[in-house]
Amino acid sequence: MAQPLVKKDDDRDEEADYSPFLGIEKGAVLQDARVFNDPQLDARRCSQVITKLLYLLNQGDSFTKVEATEVFFAVTKLFQSKDNGLRRMVYLIIKDLSPSADEVIIVTSSLMKDMNSRTDMYRANAIRVLCRITDGTLLTQIERYLKQAIVDKNPVVASAALVSGIHLLQTTPEIVKRWSNEVQEAVQSRAALVQFHALALLHQIRQNDRLAVSKLVTSLTKGTVRSPLAQCLLIRYTSQVIRETGVNSQTGDRPFYDYLESCLRHKAEMVIFEAAKAITELSNVTTRELTPAITVLQLLLSSSKPVLRFAAVRTLNKVAMTHPMAVTNCNIDMESLISDQNRSIATLAITTLLKTGNESSVDRLMKQITNFMSDIADEFKIVVVEAIRSLCLKFPLKYRSLMNFLSNILREEGGFEYKKAIVDSIVILIRDIPDAKESGLLHLCEFIEDCEFTYLSTQILHFLGNEGPKTSDPSKYIRYIYNRVILENATVRASAVSTLAKFGALVDSLKPRIFILLRRCLFDNDDEVSVVRDRATLYLNSLGDGSVAETDKDVKEFLFGSLDIPLTNMETTLRNYAQNPTEEPFDIDSVPREVKSLPLVEKKAPGKKPTPLGPPPPAPTSASDAYERILSTIPEFANFGKLFKSSVPVELTEAETEYAVNVVKHIFDHHVVFQYNCTNTIPEQLLENVTVIVDASEAEEFSEVGVKPLKSLPYDTPAQTFVAFERPEGVPSVGKFSNTLRFTVKEVDTSTGEAEDDGVEDEYQLEDFEVVAADYILKVGVSNFRNAWESMDPDTERVDEYGLGPRESLVEAVNAVISLLGLQPCEGTETVPNNSRSHTCLLSGVYIGNVKVLVRLSFGMDSSKEVAMKLAVRSDDVNVSEALHEIVASG
Amino acid sequence: MATFLSHETCPTIKNILLLDSEGKRVAVKYYSDEWPTNSAKLAFEKSIFTKTQKTNARTEAEITMVENNIIVYKFVQDLHFFVTGGDEENELILATVLQGFFDTVTLLLRNNVDQREALENLDMILLCLDEIVDGGIILETDGSIIAGKVATHSIDDGAPLSEQTISQALATAREHLTRSLLK
Repeated sequence: MAQPLVKKDDDRDEEADYSPFLGIEKGAVLQDARVFNDPQLDARRCSQVITKLLYLLNQGDSFTKVEATEVFFAVTKLFQSKDNGLRRMVYLIIKDLSPSADEVIIVTSSLMKDMNSRTDMYRANAIRVLCRITDGTLLTQIERYLKQAIVDKNPVVASAALVSGIHLLQTTPEIVKRWSNEVQEAVQSRAALVQFHALALLHQIRQNDRLAVSKLVTSLTKGTVRSPLAQCLLIRYTSQVIRETGVNSQTGDRPFYDYLESCLRHKAEMVIFEAAKAITELSNVTTRELTPAITVLQLLLSSSKPVLRFAAVRTLNKVAMTHPMAVTNCNIDMESLISDQNRSIATLAITTLLKTGNESSVDRLMKQITNFMSDIADEFKIVVVEAIRSLCLKFPLKYRSLMNFLSNILREEGGFEYKKAIVDSIVILIRDIPDAKESGLLHLCEFIEDCEFTYLSTQILHFLGNEGPKTSDPSKYIRYIYNRVILENATVRASAVSTLAKFGALVDSLKPRIFILLRRCLFDNDDEVSVVRDRATLYLNSLGDGSVAETDKDVKEFLFGSLDIPLTNMETTLRNYAQNPTEEPFDIDSVPREVKSLPLVEKKAPGKKPTPLGPPPPAPTSASDAYERILSTIPEFANFGKLFKSSVPVELTEAETEYAVNVVKHIFDHHVVFQYNCTNTIPEQLLENVTVIVDASEAEEFSEVGVKPLKSLPYDTPAQTFVAFERPEGVPSVGKFSNTLRFTVKEVDTSTGEAEDDGVEDEYQLEDFEVVAADYILKVGVSNFRNAWESMDPDTERVDEYGLGPRESLVEAVNAVISLLGLQPCEGTETVPNNSRSHTCLLSGVYIGNVKVLVRLSFGMDSSKEVAMKLAVRSDDVNVSEALHEIVASG
Repeated sequence: MATFLSHETCPTIKNILLLDSEGKRVAVKYYSDEWPTNSAKLAFEKSIFTKTQKTNARTEAEITMVENNIIVYKFVQDLHFFVTGGDEENELILATVLQGFFDTVTLLLRNNVDQREALENLDMILLCLDEIVDGGIILETDGSIIAGKVATHSIDDGAPLSEQTISQALATAREHLTRSLLK
């Protein structure tokens, strides 16, 4: 006999580790299951055996098909027993054994009998078991009972049928949909949870019928909802209806907002929170709508329950991303949460504060965070580091304390991901905040003195090689770099050698000393890999004789220039070269420079994290980098100099036409290049020799200098053709260009994909576009407009007043001038408060020729909606100040 | 195993776990197929156990996030109670389910909430899990109602609860709960 399952209480203290399942073994339990076949059933004993079987399943033991079938058949015998407790265990194990269809038939009749039993508990459980194991065919037989059960006066039975309905809707929707009358009735039930389950099922039955859902919401928001859970459901459905209907355009009111707002005063916290969350997630939510929700969440922040604090701070954290100002009222409560026992809450509080903080609170905040960082896990630390990085970019003047913070945590313990996040942040700050460069580089130098991650060391050395030589005193970095050559593994040593050589090549005065160091590297004693010695030899031989002399430009380009051929092309060519042994040396010019297809940079750019430490050569981090890369592959355009600005693509065709073409305007010092991005949308056609014929008769100052045709344009593969124009230097020449697409079209057999040999010449009219003044102006923001304005020579200021005529609103006038000038609005001044009669807008940017421009625009509107504008411009060059006035005057 | 159905708008529970003080299973129920194999389940249990082990979840339920899931939890003696939901779920609903589970177990074990007692009454714990959530959908969250449903079968069974009547047990337990709330 097996041990009885339940031991007597007085045995209890004998062994501390006692478990009733100690030493349990599957084989023995399966043997025990034979008691199910006894003619005289011992209900208690059978329950114990089932519990043991369930224990095994729960611990992750699995039964073979044969074992499961045997147990299942034995279990079906137990329906003979009238014992309540045993029956409940039978229900449980049937569900856990998940019998196959032919096995289900055996228990169907027993379960159907239980479904009609007078015992409510039997009815409810039998319904849940049967619906769990049944398939569609059986369902039609029991449908009638289920419909009855939905409106059963016992709430447990009704809920069982409704919840089963929710599950069955996924597999046999056509049957469940027939029950909507009964479900509708159950929604009116007085039992709280029946109403909840009925509401959930009814909504799922009707979820594709917008009108029905809207009606359901309308009637229930006016009626009584009995349980907090049902109320939460209703809030979710209401949000859905709001999402689909949108704001009433006449009154500006949102339907059902009042209902959500009233739920903020519900007595259940669950409902209050659900409503607050729903309000914060409304699309284009206004400050007025947000305020009551924020107030409620603020109260929850000081709750004694961690779950409530967490829920509130997590929601506020999300709100802070879109409406930081709305959350600032909670800052004091948030600050006290920094010391919360629950570190998830503390981290969420800190990152929220970092998003909502203003410039003056940064220092205090950093002090609090420093204490906090030592006792949270790496995953939280990374979140904090990322938040600090964005804060620093928002308040560049505060870089000193933020950079110090980053360098302090860089010195502390931490894993790779955490350290990488810090290093990435410092690199980004160095790039974006020029003042932070020297201190940032020194922090990185100190870090590599004691860095256990080879990857980070090499990345920092590479970055140091690029940035260090451009600083005021490059020599101070040499010590740190050379230490790496002495102390590190081969990979780091090799990159340190390259970095040294870069300093030698770029800083002439350091060259003799660098040469001494490089010669020492020739004695590097790593036997297995000679990469360190090889690199040193290469640099010593190519960088000249070690005297203080300028390094040849070609050598610099060869050693450190970015590889301007696509790596995939390089790989293919090298592979071919290796496969066909030849005496000839590999010729890098044999690698095709044409990029196969334009990466869709415009689409990728937003939302993608910058990769500051990408492997060299760095991947393009912005659209303009990508453009520069493409343009530099075209030899005809190589001597145009540095790309000043690339416009956003301008569509030249209607949507869904045969050929889709847009143009990007690239502005150089003397030239303009039009990049036509073409897509062929006809599967039956292959286009060849595609060019754009540009008529520049309405753009007198431009003269065409070159065309780069497109060899072939297959179906659905975007490709580019280019046209280049020369224009007078320094003048923002404007003009209108009309375009015609010219090509040879070949028929394609879509079944084989082969094109016919003969083609026909054809043309396709494209729309016109203009080069406008804004094309010559780069949007570059300044962080502190007043400082920047006052640091500029007042003599360069040009002021004038303009009448803009009657306008619908000031917003329209402001936007029109901003887009005309193409400058970056600063400090949020592009947003005009509703119904205001006057507004000042601050703009900044860079004019072609790298001339910094600042603009102060003052708008005023009189009672007849007549708008007047005062335009004040300061720039590094008086002519540019005047040029901007000309743009406005002629626009 | 229950199949998990995605209900966009209906509150959904992904799993309920009852682990011991070493992170081993006492009883678990998964309603989501996010963890398809037993080893995936064990790995999840291990990760949340390790993450929560050092926190103090004895007076109030605590909360954390693991792999885009929200986990609410509470510890009593050597038992660790967990309820998991998706990261969009209303945290307070999950906490209500946890509280229901916890109250029920307290009632069923007549305030002797520890691992040994739980294992000795595993049948009731399993029935309790069955009555709280069905396939991810919340069936009931009121501890005394759930305990009532589970305990009905024990009346004529000679099982431990028969020593006092159900209503007595519920009364004592409720009193105990009130006392602990007033503390």
